[in-house]
Amino acid sequence: METLSPVVPPRRPSVPRLAIGRTAATSLTPVLAGRGERLLGSSRRRRWADPIFRTTSLAFALTVIAMTAVIASVLFLRSAPARAAFGWGFLTSSTWDPVFEHFGVLPFVWGTLASSAIALLLALPLGLGAAICLSELLPTRWSDPAAFLIELLVAVPSVVYGLVGVFVLVPLMRNIEGILQSTLGFLPIFAGPAYGIGLLTAGILLAVMIVPFVVTISREVLLAVPRAQRDAALALGATRWETVRHVVVPYARSGILGSVFLALARALGETMAVTMVIGNRPEISASLFAPAHTMAAVLANEFTEATGDVYLAALVEVALVLFVITIVVNALARLLILTVRAPDPARV
Amino acid sequence: MDATAPAPGSDVIPAKLSVQALKVSYGDAVALSDVNLEIPEHHVTAFIGPSGCGKSTFLRCLNRMNDHIPGVRIEGRVRLDGEDIYEPRVDPVALRRRVGMVFQKSNPFPKSIFDNVAFGPRVHGCKDPVQLRELVERSLRQAALWEEVQDRLDGSALDLSGGQQQRLCIARALAVEPDVLLMDEPASALDPIATAKIEELIQELKTHYTIAIVTHNMQQAARVSDYTAYFYLGRLIEFGPTDQLFTNPSRPETEDYITGRFG
Amino acid sequence: MTAHDLRRRQVERLMFAATMLAAATTLGVLFFLLGYIAWQGATSVSWAFLTRLPAPVGEPGGGMANAIVGSGKLLLIAGLVGIPVGFLGGVYLSEYGRGPIAFSVRYAADVLNGVPSIVIGVTAYALLVVPFKHFSTLAGGVALGLMMIPVSLRTTEEFLRMVPDSLREASLALGAPRWVTIVRVVIPAAMRGILAGILLSLARVAGETAPLLFTAFGNRFWSEGWLQPTASLPVMIFTYAIAPYDDWHRQAWAGALVLLTLVLGANILARMVLVRSGGLGRSS
Repeated sequence: METLSPVVPPRRPSVPRLAIGRTAATSLTPVLAGRGERLLGSSRRRRWADPIFRTTSLAFALTVIAMTAVIASVLFLRSAPARAAFGWGFLTSSTWDPVFEHFGVLPFVWGTLASSAIALLLALPLGLGAAICLSELLPTRWSDPAAFLIELLVAVPSVVYGLVGVFVLVPLMRNIEGILQSTLGFLPIFAGPAYGIGLLTAGILLAVMIVPFVVTISREVLLAVPRAQRDAALALGATRWETVRHVVVPYARSGILGSVFLALARALGETMAVTMVIGNRPEISASLFAPAHTMAAVLANEFTEATGDVYLAALVEVALVLFVITIVVNALARLLILTVRAPDPARV
Repeated sequence: MDATAPAPGSDVIPAKLSVQALKVSYGDAVALSDVNLEIPEHHVTAFIGPSGCGKSTFLRCLNRMNDHIPGVRIEGRVRLDGEDIYEPRVDPVALRRRVGMVFQKSNPFPKSIFDNVAFGPRVHGCKDPVQLRELVERSLRQAALWEEVQDRLDGSALDLSGGQQQRLCIARALAVEPDVLLMDEPASALDPIATAKIEELIQELKTHYTIAIVTHNMQQAARVSDYTAYFYLGRLIEFGPTDQLFTNPSRPETEDYITGRFG
Repeated sequence: MTAHDLRRRQVERLMFAATMLAAATTLGVLFFLLGYIAWQGATSVSWAFLTRLPAPVGEPGGGMANAIVGSGKLLLIAGLVGIPVGFLGGVYLSEYGRGPIAFSVRYAADVLNGVPSIVIGVTAYALLVVPFKHFSTLAGGVALGLMMIPVSLRTTEEFLRMVPDSLREASLALGAPRWVTIVRVVIPAAMRGILAGILLSLARVAGETAPLLFTAFGNRFWSEGWLQPTASLPVMIFTYAIAPYDDWHRQAWAGALVLLTLVLGANILARMVLVRSGGLGRSS
């Protein structure tokens, strides 16, 4: 043990004594075993616990990557017979004939994209408008509960939307489409028999389902726009609406766009509600009233009845195409949103 | 070693912690270089210096808390009772039982008062409820908190005032029965009354523990410590008995700092 | 005020009125949805409905007892698959995760989150139905479990990150090893949020129909054990809704009411817990 070179013991500095009413210190007989133990050779402890814990949690984290890879590879491998049979023609053919085993994914891509596009066309103005109202107009006291309620819409299961779609929306659309047809029936988009089931109905139902996404994310994004931006515009004499339109929304543009892509990604993968109202016919038609089909819906309908390897593989290839499209759209969405705010994982 | 001022006189005080040629760097930035210091047992040693001078970094070397900083390199030797704490065979867990730390901003766990103080002993293997209760009471008494909380040991630690929380953190550190207590600006977030209580506490604790305290408040260092070390820009400029350093510093840099010419 | 200014004011009033209409419409949809389902389903939800098996096809009466129990079993398996991966994976990302591995894990979770549920169903079919040559609760549960992972992973990570570093430091300074610090300080401090996240992810998969269509498939009777096809609430609602029998439609509404109540109830509960524990932000 080393010792100090001699030092004068210092004079004790005086500290004002405050009465804090404690009793005298008790003696310090050690209570814990191993007090003052030497450092070297004091290894009663298991030192392997730390690495094991870390490795275990790492292993579980890696399974996420594994699972995603498994999904991708299963889709790729199981679609092999169809890919071998049709090659790239699968993506361009609009024939879906289980009997003669000619398969092409185009009708489903059409139905998916068209219904999603209709949904976005309706949901974007509605959702953005509602978001603006909730972020700019309403005080927090009203805005927060309202946003909470709208978020609940996200939690409603797809099949429930579908149920309401079948029994409420379809009859309604039958009437509306009838009216449209009698007045504007000469337009190709309003041509053909109006059963209420079809592309337009599916698009409207999808719009209802994705509006909450657009609202909640856009609202967060708008709220994140710094006060200073708004203040600057107002100080220059702009009305509140002009501030919103020309300053706030453009500032939040990429986040809003991100919310649109996120909503789109959800719409693309939507299965149950769509299959209940879209008519499930793999045809491409110019009319909004015509029945159509989507990638997700055909999987839901025909998967359990697929006979033959090629049929099944063709369906798996449809799933593969859907998988790829949603990954791309999601990636774009994340890219856009992340530039404005960190996404809330529990919401989407 | 000229930072230690040999003075004529009597008693030889054993050094609890002994530091030689300590150098700490993160990547290219050097935080501390060539520090040589002896921390005497059962006394209070204060580390002072302007912001960024490395005093907190130095303190954290003494219980190897700097190990957790990514990219850190530590050279030199730090010895506790003669044993090199940076030896690869040394388990930091065992070290921290003997060298405890209290932080600038009190950080009680969101648990009950009892569970906070009992956390350390439990972690080190003490399960006997009688022993735990004894330890908790003794630690709270040593931290001058027992009278105030003895009726609500199951209450949340977060319900205590700032000063009480800090004393709770001291009790928590004492519960593992360390030899050394490191305190990183323990009263800087507290009001003057709470600060005075902490300072009085430090005086009483030194009979049983060795205390090293980092403070940016020179008056506090003068009030509370027996020895003082002055750091500047990562170097130890001077070390000596507090009275001597404050009334008759041997280095001009020290004199500049304590007379307030900068810092 | 000039005429131009007047016009600007009018435009402002108009546009803000339009946005209020948009907000009202969105909320209106919610209330309509809830109200309509409650109205249609309330009369049909009865003790008999909740405890009886489905009646033979075409006959009125019967209930959805097997579907409710089936959903419960599916959620159990889903939890066994999804919770450990999500929880421990989240622990890794929060406490150890720096660098390319953590980045890849997060990215993979994002991808997994975006995969349509039907595609996950296809994968589960290929892996767990084809080799065993029949549908099973296990396959359905695993499919749902896969869907639970991203949400529980991200919420676990986020809530663990919210625990301040000063607590970790305090624990380490007391001589606790890293893993003890995580298990006895960090995780308990974040527990509320983590549980809410798990509840949310369970609620999300409870309503999923698509992945069950060709994994758990369906069953008119009780399902024995874990390796047989089973009825589930969402699938039964779907089957009944598109069938030609009026009585089945009535039961579909009842089932929808039950499902909606459970799912929304769980969501509200989870978000209330989240708000109390520090929340996810303003709009919780």
